[in-house]
Amino acid sequence: MARYSAFEIFKQALSGHKNWASAWRDPVPKEKYDVIIIGGGGHGLATAYYLAKEHGIRNVAVLEKGWLGGGNTGRNTTIVRSNYMIEGNTGFYEHSMKLWENLSQELNYNVMFSQRGQYNTFHNPGQMDVARRRANTLRLNGIEAELITAKEMQARVPGLDYSANARFPILGAMYQRRAGTARHDAVAWGYARGADQLGVDIIQNCEVEEFIRDKDRIIGVRTNRGEMRAAKIGMAVAGHSSHVAAKAGLRLPIESHVLQAFVSEPLKPIFDTVISFGAAHFYISQSDKGGLVMGGDIDGYNSYAQKGGMPTMEHVFAAGVSFLPYLSRLKVLRQWGGIMDMSMDGSPIICKSPIDGFYINAGWCYGGFKATPASGWCFAHTIAKDEPHEFNEKFRLDRFSRGYPIDERGAGPTPNAH
Amino acid sequence: MLRIDCPFCGLRDETEFVYGGDASRKRPDLQETSQDVWNDHVFLRDNPKGPHLEYWFHQHGCRSWLKVQRDVATHEITDVRFADKEKGQG
Ligand SMILES: Cc1cc2nc3c(=O)[nH]c(=O)nc-3n(C[C@H](O)[C@H](O)[C@H](O)COP(=O)(O)OP(=O)(O)OC[C@H]3O[C@@H](n4cnc5c(N)ncnc54)[C@H](O)[C@@H]3O)c2cc1C
Ligand SMILES: [Zn+2]
Repeated sequence: MARYSAFEIFKQALSGHKNWASAWRDPVPKEKYDVIIIGGGGHGLATAYYLAKEHGIRNVAVLEKGWLGGGNTGRNTTIVRSNYMIEGNTGFYEHSMKLWENLSQELNYNVMFSQRGQYNTFHNPGQMDVARRRANTLRLNGIEAELITAKEMQARVPGLDYSANARFPILGAMYQRRAGTARHDAVAWGYARGADQLGVDIIQNCEVEEFIRDKDRIIGVRTNRGEMRAAKIGMAVAGHSSHVAAKAGLRLPIESHVLQAFVSEPLKPIFDTVISFGAAHFYISQSDKGGLVMGGDIDGYNSYAQKGGMPTMEHVFAAGVSFLPYLSRLKVLRQWGGIMDMSMDGSPIICKSPIDGFYINAGWCYGGFKATPASGWCFAHTIAKDEPHEFNEKFRLDRFSRGYPIDERGAGPTPNAH
Repeated sequence: MLRIDCPFCGLRDETEFVYGGDASRKRPDLQETSQDVWNDHVFLRDNPKGPHLEYWFHQHGCRSWLKVQRDVATHEITDVRFADKEKGQG
């Protein structure tokens, strides 16, 4: 497989770009692997890549029931940031950010990671104090963050309603310079190509239907493409974690909920950054094709339906228009939903399960895209070494019963409030 | 938009209601001292991909708590009744 480079583009151009090799193989499933990863989203593919690259475990299969990145990886609004405050999250997300910063080089694949910065606005003195506390905590943890005034923000991001008459006047923002966005599909494709080159079998249209047991151990899976066995089986199926874990006899501290995303008609460049509105839940950035990419609250009731309802759409845009009045003139071209694991404390789970041979990567709520590199990194470590990496040692399944939830929002065990 | 057929008010939009989550869970006896039993109740959910029994509160209507049977993969609602048979008659 050729490295991607300017020279390679030039060379391929001579034959009309007809001779590019496919980026990964389409192998026939084997009966036996060292490790099987269930779920071919970014997390599953990154896990396979780091298993092969960092731990030399190359006899690995990634089983995906649909196509690569067809789940939340390809449905999310791609905001990457590391401004988490609570111990357990801080080091993990900062590690992820560091991996993002070198990801295109590492994978020889342009994931279009763009550190365009992210603003979290605040709208009253109480919120300003909270933002200051958060920024200070971040800086004490070695994570960059700054507070900026409304005036500074207006100079950098014109076009918001900065007037004192705004429904929620903007007093300022917490800003993370290194935050930004990435091309979601490219992240799945880049990790897939990298893993494939190291010998990983990526098997699409392959749904895990049942587990094969030997007494208390899980030793394999039954799929629509036959049985496969492995000493270790890792699950990274995003919104379907409870559904798949139930087949292994496990109940999880998770509810599945739908989150919607919206894209407007394409516009000339008006935003070169990412903004999260602090007075209600609304976030916005502009894609390279010009569409405004927007999102807000989850619909709020259990759902596996991969589509959202109109009341939430109205709610999201009511928030959006109070912040950016000109949004009311735009048309929304596309809208969709993704099913996410909402965990009981809003934080993820990466650990060995109580069942031997079975490993869990779940509970990403609506923040798992930014986590993709570190999630793969830590899950690979946990599977290879049978012990957590320092950055996921707090993401244990038993943290709830032990009294150590990681509740960034402080909402308690009400999944739809995180 | 979900539409819930409240036994007191009739068919109403989802926006009149507040979601109350899984209604199949039973609170353990308050004398119960086992950590595991409380952990299961507070933190674990079946979270099925199919029929789900759930609470909805009719906040902008009769203010009754309802138990609704809804398929969470299709949103089809097959049963709605008062959560508390005694007090829910209105
Ligand atoms: C609308 C929306 C916006 C979001 N915005 C952001 C954001 O701005 N920033 C951020 O950080 N995060 C965001 N997220 C969250 C983020 O997208 C997810 O946390 C993340 O993509 C999860 O990664 P994954 O690889 O595990 O998921 P997925 O890409 O969903 O991968 C899981 C895969 O498992 C497969 N699978 C399921 N069951 C089986 C089975 N039985 N057998 C085989 N395969 C199976 C699925 O088909 C799927 O492809 C958003 C999510 C949504 C829905
Ligand atoms: Zn009613």
